[in-house]
Amino acid sequence: MPSGLVNQYFRTQNLAHIWCPGCGNGIVTRALVKAIDALGLDKDDVCVVSGIGCSSRAPGYLDFNTLHTTHGRALAFATGVKLANPKLNVIVVTGDGDSSAIGGNHLIHAARRNIDITTIVFNNNTYGMTGGQYSPTTPTGDKGTTAPYGNIDAAFDLCNLAQAAGASYVARGTIYAANQLEKNIIDGIKNKGFSFIEAMTTCPTYYGRKNKKGNAVDMVTYLKEHAINKIAWEKLPEEKKVGKFVIGELYSSTRPEYTEQYDRLIDSFKKGV
Amino acid sequence: MAIKLMQGNEACVAGALKAGMRFYAGYPITPSTEIAEISAEALPKVGGKFIQMEDEIAGMAATLGGSLAGLKSMTATSGPGFSLKQENIGYGIITETPCVIVNVQRSGPSTGLPTSPAQGDILQARWGTHGDHSIIALYPSSVKEIYYTTIRAFNLAEKYRTPVILLLDEIIGHMREKIEIPENDDVEIIDRKVPTCPPEEYKAFKVKEGDIVPEMAGFGTGYRYHVTGLVHDETGFPSGNELVADKLLNRLIDKIENNKDDIVTYDEYMLQDAEYAIISFGAIARSAKAAVDHLREEGIKVGLFRPITIWPSPDKQLLELGKKMKKIYVIEMNAGQYFLEVDRLAGKHTTVEKYGKINGEIITPEDIVSFVKEDQNA
Amino acid sequence: MPENKEKSLTVDKEWCKGCGICVAFCPKSVLEIENGKVEIKNFDACIQCGQCELRCPDYAIYLGGNR
Repeated sequence: MPSGLVNQYFRTQNLAHIWCPGCGNGIVTRALVKAIDALGLDKDDVCVVSGIGCSSRAPGYLDFNTLHTTHGRALAFATGVKLANPKLNVIVVTGDGDSSAIGGNHLIHAARRNIDITTIVFNNNTYGMTGGQYSPTTPTGDKGTTAPYGNIDAAFDLCNLAQAAGASYVARGTIYAANQLEKNIIDGIKNKGFSFIEAMTTCPTYYGRKNKKGNAVDMVTYLKEHAINKIAWEKLPEEKKVGKFVIGELYSSTRPEYTEQYDRLIDSFKKGV
Repeated sequence: MAIKLMQGNEACVAGALKAGMRFYAGYPITPSTEIAEISAEALPKVGGKFIQMEDEIAGMAATLGGSLAGLKSMTATSGPGFSLKQENIGYGIITETPCVIVNVQRSGPSTGLPTSPAQGDILQARWGTHGDHSIIALYPSSVKEIYYTTIRAFNLAEKYRTPVILLLDEIIGHMREKIEIPENDDVEIIDRKVPTCPPEEYKAFKVKEGDIVPEMAGFGTGYRYHVTGLVHDETGFPSGNELVADKLLNRLIDKIENNKDDIVTYDEYMLQDAEYAIISFGAIARSAKAAVDHLREEGIKVGLFRPITIWPSPDKQLLELGKKMKKIYVIEMNAGQYFLEVDRLAGKHTTVEKYGKINGEIITPEDIVSFVKEDQNA
Repeated sequence: MPENKEKSLTVDKEWCKGCGICVAFCPKSVLEIENGKVEIKNFDACIQCGQCELRCPDYAIYLGGNR
């Protein structure tokens, strides 16, 4: 008998999930469900959209309106769903490759429009489903099956990217600090606009093994020890930031939301303006 | 009776609105752009939604998203964009998401001759997306026919829960013709069948007895279900089982191939006593019709067969023509794409010749007349 | 169930993939991995903090339910 939370929001008949032992995707998915529960959203009013990759399998386990689309295109599908039915709380779950390589264009444009979609990127720094190739977030020097001598690409800072493109809420969390991640997802869903949450997660099977990062526990411990909360981060001297990364709410602003603007346009014709 | 002078692309939007289009997502590309522009102007006035997406792929994706959320959806493009849309057209096929994709064709490959006319996407319409599938593609030949065929494209999309491709010629897309639309046009409008059962009983991909396709619930209507491009069972959840795959993929093909009598439409001209048939479609069928008149005057007993439904192909009719005709001439603005289909069927019984142009120049009645006469004299 | 505990601790061994995250981050060493699955070794020490449930990727351990 699963927990009350799992029973209420998961399609338990489809569990156990396909993710590897120690893969953090289940932790991020639980944080999302906890956030939806905390907000008291009606399950009928939630639509979870994903692309292709390990993270994108999450919607199949969740008891909402769920849409598992093509590689990279989750946000483009989600934009259609949201514009067609703005009452839906549309949440995109995606991976680092899905959102920032093949789907990078849709990410920056969804952010630019400030359309009311909450995007959660499960960032495991690799293409897990295809066996551990380097992704746009694989740190320079790290290995992948397609970077056998070490990755010479520079990595994206996804939060900076989303903020620069116009996201009105940006946060980063880790699977270690899962409570804080949940809080950020709550705030992201509450934000009327495009919300971007990067969830740092683990792939012990490919990324971890290839880069000698130890087992799942070692990798979660790494996230625990290298993630610094925003408030502490701002007080930290530059030299102490090296090798560390900031988590928490990174950016928040208010600006017009896309579907509301479109609805105003429709209303203007109803009133005969 | 409203008599209007209308461009083909304009008639397409008028037909779409008549059919109930309430969602359009697309990306600008000549010679289809007027379809986006007119939709952008018209949709908010009727409470519908228009969005210009960041690229062609997104245009297709958002169109499917709009349909899944319950709205009748359309996108329009041309050759290069049609290529980019193919993966998501396949997604629409396997998820049985109704929508209309208009392809106002232009010369290719690649950027080709922008934006001279061509009929070069006949086979891309059929086999553009990967994997085995069936598809519906319609090909009107006049501004008026664009209006009614667009309505039909929506009807077929909703009835068979599948993307429907509307192939237009640049020539007609941009041509203005007089069209008459009755004030109270009682043309049939088909809406997708939605479930009425209690949500817990809903199986999103199960076909009820007597139905052609599963009932389709819009997201947010209380029926929570899963949609995936993976092979899935009747519940919608992915399955790797070969029996499930066999059942789903064959059902998707059969729902179209087994209903050809409903889907296939065509036009015949002077075929009754004909010894020779010209097969042509879209704008070029108009040249072909003029050529038939001319050739008849010269005593050559020729008629015209014009498929309006390009896919699934009117195979019965093509086979029959093969049996009746001494020869068949396939005239198309490509290097012989539909010829392959005609030859496959009619070619079993008669000789099939092709005539095409791929240089951006229209095939004229004179071109056809001299081609047929040269062949007859050979 | 000891009197000082409001909730029990439930394990679903079918879902547990034995990653050991719950064991590592349990502040009271309540848990162990045995034969590739989590075992509750010292429930008396459990302070009901829920850290195990919070980070179980497999939804295989949680506070509450019938033991």
